[in-house]
Amino acid sequence: MSAVAARYDELKSLGVEVLSMSTDSQFVHKMWQEEELSKMVKGGVPFPMLSDAGGRIGRIYGVYDEEAGVNVRGRFLIDPDGVIQAMEILSPPVGRNVEELIRQIKAFQHVRKTGEATPSGWQPGKTTLKPGPDLVGKVWEVWKP
Amino acid sequence: MAKEKEGCVKPALGPISGSEADESSVVQTATQKEDKMSVSVGKPAPDFEASAYLNGGFKNIKLSDYKKKWVVVCFYPGDFTFV
Repeated sequence: MSAVAARYDELKSLGVEVLSMSTDSQFVHKMWQEEELSKMVKGGVPFPMLSDAGGRIGRIYGVYDEEAGVNVRGRFLIDPDGVIQAMEILSPPVGRNVEELIRQIKAFQHVRKTGEATPSGWQPGKTTLKPGPDLVGKVWEVWKP
Repeated sequence: MAKEKEGCVKPALGPISGSEADESSVVQTATQKEDKMSVSVGKPAPDFEASAYLNGGFKNIKLSDYKKKWVVVCFYPGDFTFV
């Protein structure tokens, strides 16, 4: 969470709202913020920390681990129409890469604005693809891995 | 930033089912429905309401409060864990 919080300004500048969620109560969130997170990141976590009591929301999102009774690491990118554009689910011991999240947000925003497609590993300013009959079998001419 | 005022928050709804018909159906049916995973890319994100901590206070938040915006929802195993 602190890793996401550290990049919050950049996410905010992309017009992205962050909601974090675990099965802990909002009261535990308050203690975590005050006792630890605020010491890891200046000002602490700036986004709402949600409580998913009993994992009811996590179940629907396919991230609730019944045996452990907690939500695993699941990250969902939702567009302004409320549609899920990307999801990533990791088991608990491995943390996420915020860099890749930000890259995906930029790519999805570009695609939404232009109707183009972005090839593997695309970064802003790099070659995009314009899908259509003319591109079939010709991707090699405009893009190589 | 102003502190959220709600001292003791009303219980949050949790998952919010899509249609009116779902709400009027038998409770057990609703629960069974809730248990099913129903997310995939290109499909609407299921709405929910959850109690939240923010700005030093507590507030109930719905995903649908954020319509027209890009939203990242991050689930994680628990507060005070190590990763």
